[in-house]
Amino acid sequence: MSSHADTVAPPSAPARRRRVTPGRLGVHAFLMGVSLAFLAPLLLAVYASLRPYDETAERGYFSLPDTLSFDYYRQAFTDSGMTKYFVNTLLIAVPGVLLALFLASFVAFAVARLRMRGSIVLLMLFTAGNLLPQQVIITPLYVLFNRIPLPYWMSDSMTLYDSYWAVVAVQVGFQMGFCVFVLANFMRTLPIEILEAAIVDGASVWAQYWRITLPLCRPALAALGTLQFTWMYNDFLWALVFISDGDKLPVTSALNNLRGQFFTDYNLLAAGSVIVALPTIIVFLLLQRHFIAGLTLGSSKG
Amino acid sequence: MSLLTTRRTRRRGPRRFSARDRAVLGVLLGIPLLLDLVIVWGPTLASVALSFTGWDGISDIEWVGTENYANLFTNYPQFWPAVRHNLLWLGFLGLVATPFGLLLAVLIDRGVRFGRFYQSTIYLPVVLSLAVVGFIAQLVFSRDQGALNAILGDTESPTDWLGDPDLNIWMVLLAAAWRHTGYVMILYLAGLKAVDASLKEAAAIDGASETQTFFRVVLPTLRPVNVIVGVITVIEGLRAFDIVYAVNKGRNGLELLSVLVTDNIIGEASRIGFGSAIAVVLLVVSMGFVVTYLVQEIRGEKNR
Repeated sequence: MSSHADTVAPPSAPARRRRVTPGRLGVHAFLMGVSLAFLAPLLLAVYASLRPYDETAERGYFSLPDTLSFDYYRQAFTDSGMTKYFVNTLLIAVPGVLLALFLASFVAFAVARLRMRGSIVLLMLFTAGNLLPQQVIITPLYVLFNRIPLPYWMSDSMTLYDSYWAVVAVQVGFQMGFCVFVLANFMRTLPIEILEAAIVDGASVWAQYWRITLPLCRPALAALGTLQFTWMYNDFLWALVFISDGDKLPVTSALNNLRGQFFTDYNLLAAGSVIVALPTIIVFLLLQRHFIAGLTLGSSKG
Repeated sequence: MSLLTTRRTRRRGPRRFSARDRAVLGVLLGIPLLLDLVIVWGPTLASVALSFTGWDGISDIEWVGTENYANLFTNYPQFWPAVRHNLLWLGFLGLVATPFGLLLAVLIDRGVRFGRFYQSTIYLPVVLSLAVVGFIAQLVFSRDQGALNAILGDTESPTDWLGDPDLNIWMVLLAAAWRHTGYVMILYLAGLKAVDASLKEAAAIDGASETQTFFRVVLPTLRPVNVIVGVITVIEGLRAFDIVYAVNKGRNGLELLSVLVTDNIIGEASRIGFGSAIAVVLLVVSMGFVVTYLVQEIRGEKNR
C-alpha cells in the first residue's frame, strides 16, 4: 500500500537494458571469463595433442610451439586401433538406443495413457531403478553373466560375460528408467482427444501406440535419442566390468589403453581424448536444440 | 489439468481390452519389466543378500552374518576416507557447483548479448565422457608439464596437484564441477524461461527488489527443477567413479566407495561378499534420497 510512489514509474526493463552500465559490463566480463575458463581445458587438450612429447616435457604444455603435427592422431588410429574401438562403441550404442527407446516408449504409453491399475507402481519401479548407483548392481550381474552360456556364434567367450550382449542389456535395462520417465511426462502433454477418437474408431492398443501416439512423440524421441546416444557412447564403467577382451572395448574405455604400463605419453592421451570427445561435441553442436530439450523434458512437466 | 482429471473419472468403465490387446500389453510390458527386474532390481536384492556372505565367487556360499560390515567399519582402512570423499563430492557439487550453475543461468536468462555463446561454451563439458574429463584434468594439473603450474610460474618446487593425497581430491572436484555446472545451468535456464513474466512484474510493482523477487517469487516456482537438480546432484555425488578411475584408478587420496566396490569384485581377490557390503552402504545412502524423491513424485502423480 505504501509503495504508491514507486509504482508510478517502475524501472522498465527494456529501457535499462540498452544503457551500458558498469553493472552490465561486469556481468559480461564475468560471463566471458567463465566461458573462457570452461573452454580452456579443451583447447589445452587440442594444443597438447598437436605437439611432440619431447617438446612439452621440456617446456610444459603452456609454451609456444616449435612443431605442430597430427602425428599423434595418426598414431592413435594406426597403432592403437581407434577405428576398431569406434566400431565397438557403435555396436553397443546403436542397438542400445533403439531398444531402450522402443521398450521405454511402450511402457510410457501404457503408464501415461491406458489408465491401468498399478501404473504408478510401474513408473516408480522404472524411475527409481535408474537412480540407483551402478555399483549396487555390478556384483550380481558380473556373477550372473559369467554363468550364462552363449553359443559361439553369439559370443566368442561362450558366456554372456565378455560379450556385447551383456553391455547392451545392461545399458538398455538401466537407461530405460530415464526414458520411461521422460516419455511418460511428454505423452501426458499430448492432447488426449486424438487418442479418444481412435478408441471410438476401435483402434487396438498397438495402433493407439504405434500409429497415433508415437508419431506425435517424434520431437521427444529425437531429443531422448540424442541424449541417450551420448550417454551410452560416453559410458566407461559397464564395458570396463563386463568386457575383459581388450579388443572388444568401446572407445571410451579403450582410452585407458593408450596409457603405457610404465610410461604414459600424455600428448598421445590428449589426442585420444580429443578423438573420443569430437563425435559428442559434433553431435552437440549440430543437435544442440534436441540435446537440451532431452535434458529438460524430464524436469519441465506438462 | 482439472479437465484431464474429470475425463479420467468418466472414462474408467465399460471398455476394456480385447484378447489381442492383452497379448500386446503382456509382451510389450512384460519384456521391459523382466529386463528391469533382471538387470536392476534382482541384482540390487542379490547385493543385499550377498553382503551377508563370505563368498569369493567360486566356492560354496557361506553365511557370515554381519561380519563383512564389522570388518568394513573397523578393519578396512580405505573405507572411512572413501565415505569422506563421497560426502565431500556431494557437498562440493551441492554447495558450490549447483549454486554456481544457478547463478550463471540467472545471469544469462536476463537476456545478455552473446547469451547463446556463453550458454554453449559453459554447457560443452557436459557432453564429454567423464573419463575424458579425467584425462584432461591430468593435462591441466600435471606436476611437471601441467598448465596450472606453468601459469603459476612455480618451477622451483612445483606442486603435484594430482599426486598429493591432501590436494588431489579438490582438483578432481574442480574437474567434476566443470561438468556439473553446465548441466545445472541448462536445467535452470529451461525452468526460468517457463516462469510467468507477470509474476516478476507484479513483484516489482509491489516494490520488491530484484534479489527479493528472485528468492521469494521466482525460486519457489522453480520447485520441480530444484527437485530434479537435487536428485541429479546426489546421484552424481554417489556415482562418482570415472574421473578418479581415469586419473589414478582411485588410489592415493582419491578413494571412493564406487572404486572400492569395483576393486573388490574385479580385482584378483574377488571378495564378492565384502564388495557387496560396500555396495549396500552406497545403496542405503542413495535410497534415502530416492525415496524422498519418489514420495514427491507420487504426490504429483495424484494431483494430475
